[in-house]
Amino acid sequence: MGKYAGNPDAVAALVKQDQVHRDTYIDREIFDLEMKHLFRNTWVFVGHDSQTPEKGDYITTQIGDQPVIMTRHSDGRIYVLLNRCPHKGTKIAIDRSGNTGKFFRCPYHAWSFKTDGSLLAIPLKKGYSGTDLDQSEAARGMKRVGAVENHRGFVFARLATEGVGFEEYFGDAMSSLDNMVDRAPEGRLEVAGPPLRYMHQCNWKMLVENQTDACHPMVAHESSAGTAVRLFEESDWPADKPKPMAMQIIAPFMSPYEFFEEMGIRTWPNGHGHTGVHHSIHSDYSEASDYWNAMVDAHGEEKAKAVLDENRHNTVYFPNIMIKGPIQQLRNFIPLGPDRTLVESHIYRLVGAPDYLLQRTAMYNRLINAPTSIVGHDDLEMYERAQEGLHVDGMEWVNLQRLHQGEETYDSEVVENGTTERQMRSQFQAWKKYITLSMERVEQEAAA
Amino acid sequence: MTVTRDDIVDFVYEEARMLDEGRFSEWLDLWLPEGHYWMPLDYKQTDPHNMTSLLYEDDFMRKLRVERLNGERTFSQKPKSRCNHVIQRPFVDKFDAEAGEFETNTSMHYVETRLDEQFLLALTATHELKLVDGKLRIANKRVDLLNSDAAFGNIQLLP
Repeated sequence: MGKYAGNPDAVAALVKQDQVHRDTYIDREIFDLEMKHLFRNTWVFVGHDSQTPEKGDYITTQIGDQPVIMTRHSDGRIYVLLNRCPHKGTKIAIDRSGNTGKFFRCPYHAWSFKTDGSLLAIPLKKGYSGTDLDQSEAARGMKRVGAVENHRGFVFARLATEGVGFEEYFGDAMSSLDNMVDRAPEGRLEVAGPPLRYMHQCNWKMLVENQTDACHPMVAHESSAGTAVRLFEESDWPADKPKPMAMQIIAPFMSPYEFFEEMGIRTWPNGHGHTGVHHSIHSDYSEASDYWNAMVDAHGEEKAKAVLDENRHNTVYFPNIMIKGPIQQLRNFIPLGPDRTLVESHIYRLVGAPDYLLQRTAMYNRLINAPTSIVGHDDLEMYERAQEGLHVDGMEWVNLQRLHQGEETYDSEVVENGTTERQMRSQFQAWKKYITLSMERVEQEAAA
Repeated sequence: MTVTRDDIVDFVYEEARMLDEGRFSEWLDLWLPEGHYWMPLDYKQTDPHNMTSLLYEDDFMRKLRVERLNGERTFSQKPKSRCNHVIQRPFVDKFDAEAGEFETNTSMHYVETRLDEQFLLALTATHELKLVDGKLRIANKRVDLLNSDAAFGNIQLLP
């Protein structure tokens, strides 16, 4: 037995309120326990239902380390199935998206399954007469995940059959996702093209933490945003001409500490939270009147104003996604190993809105989230240095004390100074709760 | 100046050499200001605006990228990356000497390295060139990575 399996007390001891042990980032056994427990017990993002608009459409992805298929069944509903044939384990689909028609067919022995996973047919079925096949797990078809919820197009799943309900898990945190969807005059989003895919040689939690880290932009991004501001100032851009879109996107990263302090952070229970309570780096984007008019037509002036006055910056949905409401993006931090994370960055079209909004969103994605992005280069350099630096022995804790004023509780919504690390502390409390929730305690042998 | 096919081919070779030798300021001067450096995300992508690309850089972004490489606090370039293009002889797909417009299609292998890491990309570069004031300039350039839909780590220089 290792150090942590069967020992929830040892796992819990890695998280103190204002510091966490490095093993949460670098230890293989902890990573395996995250996959086995944390990613089973929590609600994890799977996909957007516009990725599978027609019956038989599917995408493949993973929840933690579990390969899954999200499908659109003939009843019009979305199902999330574990991606293995119940017969011998063969993955049923390996392309990232496609249409399978009325059924999935395993390419190995041609067992076939309806798009809700139920068994359709087995060739040469007489070979099973007199066996107990109908009593077997295999005869029940492709296994479904424990629970699925489609919230306004965004599909989340919980692998565990029993556990926390969707409403209870997210609570008021869904207000950010609702705001993102409400920004569409027709009240729905559509995915726009495939996601950017960016490989990081670091732990997935570093990426999640960085989403609400308001003390790094003016430092780590001085190289990109600082240079952009300087180049722009040196150019002879007419004062009455709107700044180029690229400048609107990049320049706010260089805002001073006071800007980020005042923008605020809101934390909710279960590790969810967002930066940009009062304003954010997305506040000063120029909006054209045709969009405003479409919103007023759809919602009335009062609601349109309320929806667009929200400038939430990054909203983290624990464990592993972040959305940007004002620019309709979702980043999925997919854990592949303790030191390996795949980041998929999706963009969405506001249905009923003018195209220039999607064009800004697409531009933001390539300027900030791409493996070719100068801003992305700044961040990844820091994550990978941290991943390596954490191996230093004799100094084993990561500090999360910024604006930690004595004992904190995390069971209600709180708004604080935007530079606090409270959101990161809250994520780790949720981490501790959901990773140990289903761990069984195996009595440790007494030390010799 | 009378442009020959050899001039077009040499131009593509010389651009690759500039990038490999880190002569980025000279490289910027090859461009016409309104041109875009496009690297699609999707295989055979046709729209650079309404979906994500890896790059779609105007002159401001090209200049920013080059300036940043030499920045005092550009930590991801301490130490610096190096790159190498191995290119196949370009196909000259359009040769309109009268209009001064030319187009090439070039297969390349691109290697980028930093510290102990090194990676290889296979790509096809499409150049739209224009003859302006007696000099060949880049009107637009498109780089299609063979595996544009794969997950990459940092690509910091210019394939």
